[in-house]
Amino acid sequence: MTQEAVTTNSAAPIPRARKQPAKKLPSKQLLGIAGIIGFLLLWELIPRVGIVEPRFLPPASEVIAALITDFGLTAFWVAVGETMLAWAIGLVMSIVLAVVLGFIIGSSMFLRKFTNSTVEFLRPIPSVALIPLAVLLFGVKIESTLMLVVYASFWQVFIQVLYGVADVDNVAMQTAKSYGLGAMARVRHVVFPTALPYLMTGIRLAASVALILAITAELVIGSPGLGREIALAQSGGAISGMYALVLATGLIGVVINLVMRFIERKTLSWHSSIRSEVIV
Amino acid sequence: MQSETTPGTTPAPAGKTLPGNEAMLSVRNLKKVYKTDGGDIEAVRNLTFDLKAGELACLVGPSGSGKTTLLKCISGLMAPTEGEVLLNGTPVSGPPKKMAVVFQEYGRSLFPWMRVRENVELPLKNQGVPRAERDKLVDDALEAVGLSHVPQSYPWQLSGGMQQRVAIARAVAYQPEVLLMDEPFAAVDAQTRADLEDLIRTVWRKLGVTVLFVTHDIDESVYLGERVIILSSSPTVIQEDLTIDLPDERDQLNTRSLPRFTELRHHVYEQIQLAKQGHRPAAAVQTDSSAGSGAA
Amino acid sequence: MRFLKTLGYLLALPLILVAIWWASTLGETNFFVPTPALLAEAFAETWFGERIFSDVLPSIGRLVVGVASAIIIGIVAGLLIGSVKWLRDLTEPVLEFFRAIPPPVLVPVLMLLMGITDGMKVAVIISGCVWPVLLNTIEGVRAIDGVLSDSAHTYGIHGWARIKYLVLPSAGPQIMAGIRQCLSIGLILMVISEMFASSSGLGFTIVQFQRSFAIPEMWSGIVVLGLIGVALSFIFQWTERRVLRWYHGLREVENAV
Repeated sequence: MTQEAVTTNSAAPIPRARKQPAKKLPSKQLLGIAGIIGFLLLWELIPRVGIVEPRFLPPASEVIAALITDFGLTAFWVAVGETMLAWAIGLVMSIVLAVVLGFIIGSSMFLRKFTNSTVEFLRPIPSVALIPLAVLLFGVKIESTLMLVVYASFWQVFIQVLYGVADVDNVAMQTAKSYGLGAMARVRHVVFPTALPYLMTGIRLAASVALILAITAELVIGSPGLGREIALAQSGGAISGMYALVLATGLIGVVINLVMRFIERKTLSWHSSIRSEVIV
Repeated sequence: MQSETTPGTTPAPAGKTLPGNEAMLSVRNLKKVYKTDGGDIEAVRNLTFDLKAGELACLVGPSGSGKTTLLKCISGLMAPTEGEVLLNGTPVSGPPKKMAVVFQEYGRSLFPWMRVRENVELPLKNQGVPRAERDKLVDDALEAVGLSHVPQSYPWQLSGGMQQRVAIARAVAYQPEVLLMDEPFAAVDAQTRADLEDLIRTVWRKLGVTVLFVTHDIDESVYLGERVIILSSSPTVIQEDLTIDLPDERDQLNTRSLPRFTELRHHVYEQIQLAKQGHRPAAAVQTDSSAGSGAA
Repeated sequence: MRFLKTLGYLLALPLILVAIWWASTLGETNFFVPTPALLAEAFAETWFGERIFSDVLPSIGRLVVGVASAIIIGIVAGLLIGSVKWLRDLTEPVLEFFRAIPPPVLVPVLMLLMGITDGMKVAVIISGCVWPVLLNTIEGVRAIDGVLSDSAHTYGIHGWARIKYLVLPSAGPQIMAGIRQCLSIGLILMVISEMFASSSGLGFTIVQFQRSFAIPEMWSGIVVLGLIGVALSFIFQWTERRVLRWYHGLREVENAV
């Protein structure tokens, strides 16, 4: 039924660049800065006007001044160091554990099914349930913090690795086999590259969870670090100091998020699509 | 006879216009300039044409000739920089009630969380059409596009052609006076495309709706339309407004092998080539006033 | 046969683990680890009594109220901020900062502002849980497909109808991902707020057991928290599968190509 088709063949849509007049980039950043300033002003005004008493919520300027004072104190940096140490050790331990177990369990259909019910039962257990146990076992030492951090971050990485290993393309696997690649070589050249984006997502999620749990343990158990300092400041009535420390934890959180996103982008720049998180 | 310049406006040639109240849809001196960081981009320079009620017109032009821009302005999704669009004499400022649009991206124009029937029903439900009437309209529309058997499927369970049928059914059930179609078949395979073309002709004749069909496919425009409006390349003006004097009854085999079809297609093709090479229509139209004869 | 196999996979490892636990506590009595029988006994004694009404249910009640409020606030504010570009740009850095604050540090802050009350504990849960829902809703609303939005627009779907038929379902997968995070943070905050500042509730009770070295009872408390976590996770998965049935189907079709 077709004659020789004399169509202008390409269905090329008009270039996307020509859409609605796009807001210029700087205006976005300006608005963002305006938002921060607005928030700080609001915070300054609420106690000054008397909506909340200043002894419960000191104005922003006081808290920021306290934070700047903190920046000059050794004790502050020691606390930051302790928190970050627990964070880093806990994160590394959980990553190593999760990667090893994840790759072993993920590559075997049998092991996946065999462990599934246990994983699904253990994973939702809130890590803070382990607080009494940690206190009993380790007291107020860094080990208590580590136990909570490792338990909580482990699942983040482990689950992502399982998804990653399950995502390995069968054709790629068979191709590798047919070219005589051994088990180790297959893991290195096929399984690992496929799972890497998932692993990076898992690590990014684990990094922020690890910070939450490190601070929590310090706060509740009293192991050394920023969390304990916050509790001490609060019970000692150093209110501006407490808010300053809360600000500091937020800043650390932001830095961790930014660094992790940066690392993720760098590691996966070779990858065609930086994957979004698996919704599970 | 194919094109006449509207007196008293810019020298740019215009499409056919109708006196005052006869036009269903009027486009008057439409101009669209995009403001971007890299400077202004003039997508559409000056377009004027009318569609009379119940007409099926095709809008064809080279890639990037601002077809989609024009359609967005007509459908009220975008405000023109200059000029205006009138529906039944009333200026269009937002999407008018009596207008329906079928987009090229069928996969992205249907609600994936609704079943086929719900998709077709939604605009009616939103308008508050009573249940019984709604059911009948939806049934008829699904029947008309040949989808009575899949009302409970989700759109993404269907093939591309079927999904586009759902989008057409939704438009039909909405009972628009004007139906705009933006390259609706550009992303479906050739066989399905032929079926869908015939479907559009059938629906159009049955409902008497005014159709503006945008396409980049020359054969398609000639086969479908009673009239083909050829656009120049960007910044867009009307290259030519051509009447398609093919018989009313069309079918894929016979119509496409008529000598007249070949002539018309040849002519449109030449005009598009000229447009691509940047020939402005003022010259082209005057030297080539009669379709077909000049094309051989 | 198939059923037996599934059941086997489901129970094999848990049974093996319990057996190992049982065997290892058989010989000597370990101070830190009670035998399975002892734990079961302690569990029944500790929790099947008035503690359900004095500690467990109030804790769960606060959790439910807190999480539900956080979800509602997060979605409503997210719809608003997500639909208005300048508002999104204005609030983004501040919201990112709030999300980055580890939620447990809110406990001492709110304790200071509100005193040790039920309201404070609920406020802790809300102020910690709202961020994932809020930020995910904003992102979900922002990412609505342009063609889909145009389609709704041309068919005259505005206002509430647009939110109901277009915005909410479209942002649904993102919102559900946020709710998932919200649930686990909520449970953590419920426990911490009670451990840190309370005289009743699950978290408080468990810490009390630990301080008085009532080890089997402490373990049974950990089990209760675990069960609540598992129950929340099941409820969530059940709901998610129903709400996002279309989404999972769509993903399957897309992945198959």
